[in-house]
Amino acid sequence: MPLKSPDELEQLRTKILEERKAQGEKKGIVLCTGTGCRGAGASEVFDAFKKALGKKSAIEFKSTCCHGFCERGPITIVEPLGIFYQGVTPADVPQIIAETVTKGQVIEKLLYRDPATGQTIPTEKAIPFYTKQNRLVFGNNRHLDPTRIEDYMAMGGYKALVKALFHMSPEEVIEEIKRSGLRGRGGGGFPAGRKWESCRKAHGDIKYVICNCDEGDPGAYMDRSLMEGNPHSVLEGMLIGAYAIGSSEGYVYVRNEYPLAVKNVGIAIEQATKMGLLGKDILGSGFDFSLVINKGGGAFVAGESSALMASIEGYVAEPRAKHIHMTESGLWERPTNLNNVETWANVPVIIEKGADWYASIGTQGSKGTKIFSLVGKINNTGLIEVPMGMTLREIVYDIGGGIPGGKRFKAVQTGGPSGGCIPESLLDLPVDFDELTKAGSMMGSGGMIVMDESTCMVDVAKYFMHFLKDESCGKCTSCRDGTLRMYEVLDAITKGKGKEGDIEFLEEIGWMTAEASLCALGGSAANPVLSTIRYFRDEYEAHISAKRCPAGVCTELITFTIDPKACIACGKCRKGCPTEAITGEKKVPHKIVQAKCIKCGTCREVCPSDAVKVA
Amino acid sequence: MTGAQLENILKKHDYQKSSLLAILQDVQALDNYLPRKTLEAMSQRLQVPLTQIYYLATFYRAFSLTPRGDHLVTVCTGTACHVKGAATILNTLERELAVQPGETTSDKKYTLETVNCLGSCALAPLVVLDGHYHGRMVGTKVLSLLKGDKKDASKKS
Amino acid sequence: MSHKKELIKFQIDGLTVEAEKGQMLLPAALEYGFEIPHLCYHEAVSPYGACRLCLVEVTKGGRTMMTTSCNYPVDAGLDVATNTENVQRARQMILELLLARAPHSEKIRAMARDAGVEETRFRVIEDADDCILCGLCERVCREVVGANALTFVNRGDRREVAPPFGDPIACIACGACVYVCPTDCIKMKEEGDERTIVRWKRTLKMQPCQSCGKPFAPVFQLNWIIERAQLPKDFYALCPVCRKTKKG
Repeated sequence: MPLKSPDELEQLRTKILEERKAQGEKKGIVLCTGTGCRGAGASEVFDAFKKALGKKSAIEFKSTCCHGFCERGPITIVEPLGIFYQGVTPADVPQIIAETVTKGQVIEKLLYRDPATGQTIPTEKAIPFYTKQNRLVFGNNRHLDPTRIEDYMAMGGYKALVKALFHMSPEEVIEEIKRSGLRGRGGGGFPAGRKWESCRKAHGDIKYVICNCDEGDPGAYMDRSLMEGNPHSVLEGMLIGAYAIGSSEGYVYVRNEYPLAVKNVGIAIEQATKMGLLGKDILGSGFDFSLVINKGGGAFVAGESSALMASIEGYVAEPRAKHIHMTESGLWERPTNLNNVETWANVPVIIEKGADWYASIGTQGSKGTKIFSLVGKINNTGLIEVPMGMTLREIVYDIGGGIPGGKRFKAVQTGGPSGGCIPESLLDLPVDFDELTKAGSMMGSGGMIVMDESTCMVDVAKYFMHFLKDESCGKCTSCRDGTLRMYEVLDAITKGKGKEGDIEFLEEIGWMTAEASLCALGGSAANPVLSTIRYFRDEYEAHISAKRCPAGVCTELITFTIDPKACIACGKCRKGCPTEAITGEKKVPHKIVQAKCIKCGTCREVCPSDAVKVA
Repeated sequence: MTGAQLENILKKHDYQKSSLLAILQDVQALDNYLPRKTLEAMSQRLQVPLTQIYYLATFYRAFSLTPRGDHLVTVCTGTACHVKGAATILNTLERELAVQPGETTSDKKYTLETVNCLGSCALAPLVVLDGHYHGRMVGTKVLSLLKGDKKDASKKS
Repeated sequence: MSHKKELIKFQIDGLTVEAEKGQMLLPAALEYGFEIPHLCYHEAVSPYGACRLCLVEVTKGGRTMMTTSCNYPVDAGLDVATNTENVQRARQMILELLLARAPHSEKIRAMARDAGVEETRFRVIEDADDCILCGLCERVCREVVGANALTFVNRGDRREVAPPFGDPIACIACGACVYVCPTDCIKMKEEGDERTIVRWKRTLKMQPCQSCGKPFAPVFQLNWIIERAQLPKDFYALCPVCRKTKKG
């Protein structure tokens, strides 16, 4: 089986393509079974399809991982028409097969409906969520079964590897990556080509490449979906990088919370090895490269490169001082090049299509595209890929579909716990590494959390400090105690115990934490606090001076009351109240006994007439 | 865990000290927690100080040094889930089960955990019960979920 | 046998200094009499960079950054500033944080006063026992003594130092941790023929000297040393005083 030359690879590819062509425009069903859609029930839909189609079927059934429109999962696409169905349940399966697949008839209730026009849009290609994107890297997920290397080959997979191995020298590969302007997609934004170059130049015969799939930013899951859905794109990128750097051993570090990603990348490695694309003398080039998968243990700080390497070595994920760069002395004190999943996945695209083509996309300082997870208070939750330079407004409204429930946009948080909140006034900011940093946030790994009028920004800052003080490795006094103390001050503020000078105190602690800490966790820990103070100072002041939470979130500062005019005395709230704090009888408007109320919100949840008010 | 079972796990990882994390994960997968005796045996067999193993076991969130309950209830506290009300759901569970995250109920039935993002943000806020994902949760739904968990739980992830 | 080590020339606060290649900034600066406060650095163990007190500003190739000096290797052309405004400001808040963890430590109080900090604005942590998580105890136990009785436990704000499972069975009660602890929060006491390292709740019976009868070291410790160093079983029959007298 192992292919011994590029010619053999192309022969195999041609064979696969011819086989598929011979089958003609086959009727097919594509079902997304990525973790997001599985959470919405895709596994049951998968079983239903498998059962209904049986073994005989002339209908091709492919399961993919992640089409990006997670809000509408489980997603099913009927080929060759490209009919897009959303929210599919097992009960819909017989109808889909009988009507759409067999007769080409659409099922109205399963179609995507444009919220603005009320019109249904039957084909995937025409849905605005997709039309505005540039799915350069992520788009292939929709077409391939990650457990079948043939699918990746059919899409031109491993062509870039052949080009690099047989038509380019390692130095030429590095030049190409440098010229493309590719910057790290994990958060640091460091020019990838320069990193590769310094690793290549470092002393030592044994060098390592690492793929960082520790994706710890809460709300970001782009890397997960790339690994689950198109692991070969990452493997190919790593192969090309290893060749350029002079490494023959690589590690893929996947966080513990991503079992499907671990499974699928394992299958991909196995299949690639069988095919001779990993291992010794790849395709007869004389280049050796093999990969090992390491699982994380549940620690956000393990995403920091030196901490990640410590973890691979069998230690706790404690970062170390990096006066000597990882590219010179990293894993086991050997030159190591670590890059993020998405960074690696961009590499085959750049090598195949060329640096100039790649650099024509994006802005001056930020080339190419970026995959973002657009989540939170947004209509179209999902993973999107856009060219660098698109504005936040376009992302939130044109692709994201705006804020649900007609609520007002308040902020979009980027960069995870190391980032900051961008307010409405800056919605026309182009998404770009440097622009986001200037605004007090950062690109980060790509999480974009949209917040509306019902989000309390002080509570958001407190949430991030709670996260950081928990995830800090705890070594540095400045980070461990800095995040803890910022949390304490914020906690007091949200409980009505804030005092004059607290904002300035937070700024002081934030400065110290950033300056005195060893690694980027502490170094950027203050960003969520400082950016919310910068743009939402009035909310802080309301909490501190007026003991009021304008967004109605901080439980100690809000009061739940029942509007007697709206109350229909159904008794649902009284029955649901965990502390029996609601009095009332049939036909008598119910009342909340404030002394007993724990602000859990159950009454508001169950009230059919929206009579529960929060102030 | 028997001596033979531990030996199998160690053999699978070539007795490599650098594979400690993976070894602990396999032990936890088998016993649902990390028993002290097993860690002590591991220290002996691998010639690694118990201190190193213990630090790993307490540093990484994936591990538990105390036996976990029959059912694992995990609340996602990622940013998207938080913004959509995860804190309220967590409070509800803390109240209902009378435990804090990381603890197990006295009847050993439930262990409550939090996780910082499962990457299923479209389903926020998310609660996972024994590996089954339950999305778009609210306080009342969570209580029903616990009450009905003996019945056929929907949607395995 | 010793070969001449390369000497590196660089600047500290405007003074040209020299140090052996491989040495760290902090000990090099201390040797020249520069007073850089530090707590988690000890020449007997590897540097760790936990307390953050030894911060300095280093300038190289036109770029300046704040870094701990205990684990930054000396480098030619480096320009080190030990007392800039930024350094002082960071140091002051770190001392405030340390005071809130170690309210009884006279040493930290004195350091704070020297830096211009009279009191801390931070709430003293609950059950403050003066441990500042510098790790010197676990480092000396691991790197020098080799007993491996202590470790860091947990992470973030729940971090502490303790024996695994809280059970000090590997502790030989040598007292090295007591000796290196910068805030004196590890106490040792001897009562009768028992020695206790209070913090780890380790009590061991001591061996009486065959000559003078005074209990002088824990039996467990002596047996541990005998086994590791492959010494004769009766090597520690006499206490150090009597052994000296006997030799003399």
